[in-house]
Amino acid sequence: MSMEQPIIETRSLNLFYGSFQALINVDLQIQDRQITALIGPSGCGKSTLVRVFNRMNDLIDGVRVTGRVLVQAENIYAPSIDMIALRRKVGMVFQRPNPFPLTVAENITFGLEVHRSLPRSEFRRMIEESLKGVLLWEDLKDRLDAPALGLSLEQQQRLCIARVLAMKPKIILMDEPCSALDPIATMKIEDLMRELKRDYTIVIVTHNMQQAARASDFTAFMYLGELIEFGETKSLFRTPRVKRTEDYITGRFG
Amino acid sequence: MNVRTEQKLAFSVLFLCTVLVVLPVLVILGIIVVKGGSALNWGFLTAMPRAGMTAGGIMPAILGTLYLVMGAVLFAVPLGVLSAIYLVEYSREGRISRLIKLAIVNLAGVPSVVYGLFGLGVFVVFLGMGASILSGSLTLGIMILPVIITASREALESVPRSFRVVSLSLGASRWQTIRYAVLPHAIPGILTGTILGLGRAAGETAPILFTVAAFYLPKLPQSMFDQTMALPYHLYVISTQVPGVPENIRFGTALVLLLLVLTLNLAAILLRYRFRKRKRW
Repeated sequence: MSMEQPIIETRSLNLFYGSFQALINVDLQIQDRQITALIGPSGCGKSTLVRVFNRMNDLIDGVRVTGRVLVQAENIYAPSIDMIALRRKVGMVFQRPNPFPLTVAENITFGLEVHRSLPRSEFRRMIEESLKGVLLWEDLKDRLDAPALGLSLEQQQRLCIARVLAMKPKIILMDEPCSALDPIATMKIEDLMRELKRDYTIVIVTHNMQQAARASDFTAFMYLGELIEFGETKSLFRTPRVKRTEDYITGRFG
Repeated sequence: MNVRTEQKLAFSVLFLCTVLVVLPVLVILGIIVVKGGSALNWGFLTAMPRAGMTAGGIMPAILGTLYLVMGAVLFAVPLGVLSAIYLVEYSREGRISRLIKLAIVNLAGVPSVVYGLFGLGVFVVFLGMGASILSGSLTLGIMILPVIITASREALESVPRSFRVVSLSLGASRWQTIRYAVLPHAIPGILTGTILGLGRAAGETAPILFTVAAFYLPKLPQSMFDQTMALPYHLYVISTQVPGVPENIRFGTALVLLLLVLTLNLAAILLRYRFRKRKRW
């Protein structure tokens, strides 16, 4: 395993929903410009963990976090953290494609509009750049003013990724991004992830082990809130070190 | 009695009841149109009343009602929409927010004459605004506040949670999320509620009775501190207080008021229909 400076690092991370502990002592290092998959049975804490990295868990009442979470060496649970900057740096793609009921172009410029980070004259260029980034430009360049909800689900999910790209993030979190898509669309999104890897760090939550095996460089296996095993995807799937990992990836439970 | 005749009988009764509901509406409309239609012309809408209100037009009353409705909306819409935003987006579910919601529901059930007395006590007397367009508008505004808050709350609540989550995940603050990701999608519903409130404000007599409405004024109001004539009260005056007003003027006035309120309600329905067709989440 190459050990450069990780882009995300957790140290003794614990997370509680009220009195329920959803993450237990998680120590994880995520490498820059690699695809890291989080796998494990439902309720193992993988979605919770990914939502730690952009602090979306804060939306839930009664969440408490202990330990340290470093993104680019900055503690994101420090009181002084700029949440807006954090979430621009760490974008998120959700389970269901969820474009706003606006046009294709308006979906991409939503973040730019909110943050006023770019003069309006640059919007057009950014729309093109973002759509090219998700390989949607050729398909949609003549339909920028079409309603986004009229697109196919796969295109909608790509558009959601493009919406994140427009924020110029460093990291893209994907929470089961293919679970609403058919197998062919799923393959295409996986291809896209490999493209995006050149410029972005990707953390993907998936309940689909084949997807993790196909698409990721590193895999973290979680169970009941604990990180059971973490390593390069190839070796984790070929020669798991922990019995429970082996049981899970061979389909004995989960 | 066998099953078939029993069913027939049941359906007949149900149908009859439905007809009985529709009938009064048609009869009221019919009588007013037949008796008042002949008064309706451009002069009637644009002229001052003459000869002790037994001739001429009803322009000052129409204008007064428009002023009052505008004033009520200017006051109630910002207040209502902002408090709805607070209730839906900011307040936590708890005893206080439940109490506020209960208060709003009850506010909607207060008889309009009570609003009139409230306006008299608070605006006219206590705050010294006198009987004026300002007092009347504020009174009407408070009366339609629950309508606007309730409609706005429903509109805000119908915006999917995912819009808020996505917006926050893109780094928007909570206020930016409301401003850019929630409010634009709630506006049709808010607008519908506003128009319904408008219709209610235009038609009510009791709230303006003590706070603004004048029996007769020879000239138009000059500022919001003046009294004004208003359609519902004018209708009451010429129907019961002034002898010798021709029937077609009385019914013509009723027709104008009715058309005004129906037009507003129709606009609300059309608006809602148009946006319902457009939204697809």
